[in-house]
Amino acid sequence: MKVTEKDVAYVAELANLELTEEERTGMLRDLNSILEYVDRLNELDTSDVPPMAQVSDRYGVDEAKQGSARFAYASREDILEGLRKSLPHEEALANAPDADEDFFRVPKVIER
Amino acid sequence: MELKSLTIDAARSAVQERTTTALALAEAHYARIQKEDGQIGAFLTLSKERALEQADRMDRMAAEGKTLPALGGVPVGIKDVMSTRGLRTTAGSKILENYIPPYDSTAVARMEAAGAMVLGKMNCDEFAMGSSNENSAYHPVRNPRDLNRVPGGSSGGSAAAVAADMAVVALGSDTGGSIRQPASFCGVVGLMPTYGRVSRYGLIAFASSLDHIGPLAKTVRDAAIVLRTIAGRDPMDSTSADVPVPDYVGELDKPVRGIKLGVAKEYFGEGLDDEVRHAVEAAIDKLKGLGCEIVPVSLPHTPYAIPTYYLIATAEASANLARFDGVRYGHRARGVKTLAEMYRRSRDESFGAEVKRRIMLGTYALSAGYYDAYYLKAQKVRTLLTRDFDEAFRKVDAIVTPTSPTAAFRLGEKSNDPLAMYLADIYTVTADLAGIPGISVPCGETKEKLPIGLQILGKHFDEATILRVARGYEQSS
Repeated sequence: MKVTEKDVAYVAELANLELTEEERTGMLRDLNSILEYVDRLNELDTSDVPPMAQVSDRYGVDEAKQGSARFAYASREDILEGLRKSLPHEEALANAPDADEDFFRVPKVIER
Repeated sequence: MELKSLTIDAARSAVQERTTTALALAEAHYARIQKEDGQIGAFLTLSKERALEQADRMDRMAAEGKTLPALGGVPVGIKDVMSTRGLRTTAGSKILENYIPPYDSTAVARMEAAGAMVLGKMNCDEFAMGSSNENSAYHPVRNPRDLNRVPGGSSGGSAAAVAADMAVVALGSDTGGSIRQPASFCGVVGLMPTYGRVSRYGLIAFASSLDHIGPLAKTVRDAAIVLRTIAGRDPMDSTSADVPVPDYVGELDKPVRGIKLGVAKEYFGEGLDDEVRHAVEAAIDKLKGLGCEIVPVSLPHTPYAIPTYYLIATAEASANLARFDGVRYGHRARGVKTLAEMYRRSRDESFGAEVKRRIMLGTYALSAGYYDAYYLKAQKVRTLLTRDFDEAFRKVDAIVTPTSPTAAFRLGEKSNDPLAMYLADIYTVTADLAGIPGISVPCGETKEKLPIGLQILGKHFDEATILRVARGYEQSS
């Protein structure tokens, strides 16, 4: 067993999930079974292999350049207004479970 | 009205020539939905007002003698992971049960600008996570060919609607096979374009380095028309590629003679159903008969694709789904006292089991102490898998494989075994990881009359070749 009950509780906390007792038991079983399967990746020696984070890098990145200039393909001129006008407050707040006219409302964070 | 054979060109020219109206086409499809969808479950939300407004625009254009755009008067379905302004978009999840997007995704905007009538939003696995559509928080979709079987997933609603003539075409999304596998299970054409070919602006993100939008259609030609409509650089999505979009439709009927097709033994090994194997081998023989050259290739890292995929996809999903916290949109738990409790309980109460499982796996793979062993390792193997394709495409123009190791399975058959479900994607995840395009085209049936799919994979940005091969096969079969 790679993952313990304690790990499940810790990861759930990181992921902002609570999980019921029953869900935790199922998760323990499933994560261990999946991670055991995933372990086959260790059959491969990847010590000299670079990681691939993005497909775009393969056709866009200019390897001759340094730093952010390498990613020039993804940049554009700055536009003061933005590419799209910002949403009016009313529209931006329309889906909020709780809001006033200008802000999303949440339970109090700081106690006085 | 005969909907079975209704393609994009047939619908558009009928409206253009006034032998029917866009309004009548929309109404005929809604009547069909009314009759059939109670048992299939492909739609989550209907958008009749929106469709009829568009119908009116198209009918007026036709009446004035103006040339209709490419999808003028064509009834379409949109997978419910694409944002539609003013139209409920749930991603198949309870957490977005009442979410009304304030803007349109680029793909939908381009479809509507081309005259398409959006009939409604298509059912799917929650946040596109699944291979059977049983993970929809609303109801499963049933395969129109056999109601006891799944339509595949995650774009199961899109595939089933096209298969059951409830839409002429539909948009789906593909992260590990979610367009091609349901297309295969339902007997329709499904195209996943190259990564970056189609803007994802407004697509509810699952795994950003793997998500693609593409069409499900009755014919290869329809898939080509839709791709032509939605492809191309979009300033709103920095991952959309600034690569010229060819005239896919114009290229379609060029003969396939001389095209080199790779066949990789890794896609014909253990786990492949015999009937599927025979149908795919027969399809390859047919392509050979059309003058394609069949070349053996090797993709040696294929057995590592599923573990690589499930680490990368879940890691990215765990980050993408952090935004669902009950603050700006979506479900918020009642009676909570603290902010942290609000986050946890809102998510707990409204994410389904598979979504929680993937968030947990992804969070684990990214957590301190495990990042190198899991996430980074998977990214390195992703390089190896991509190099396999680079190597193969030095020798061939396209690669042919089965789309799925089996035909459609029964509802409930795999739903208690996540690993067995993940293996349903074994032939499709590789293209997502490498970012290459792939298409599934029907290639026969099993003895039980269940459709089988032939997958054709191509080079980056070379959808034209796989569409041509698919069309050549389709025309000969």
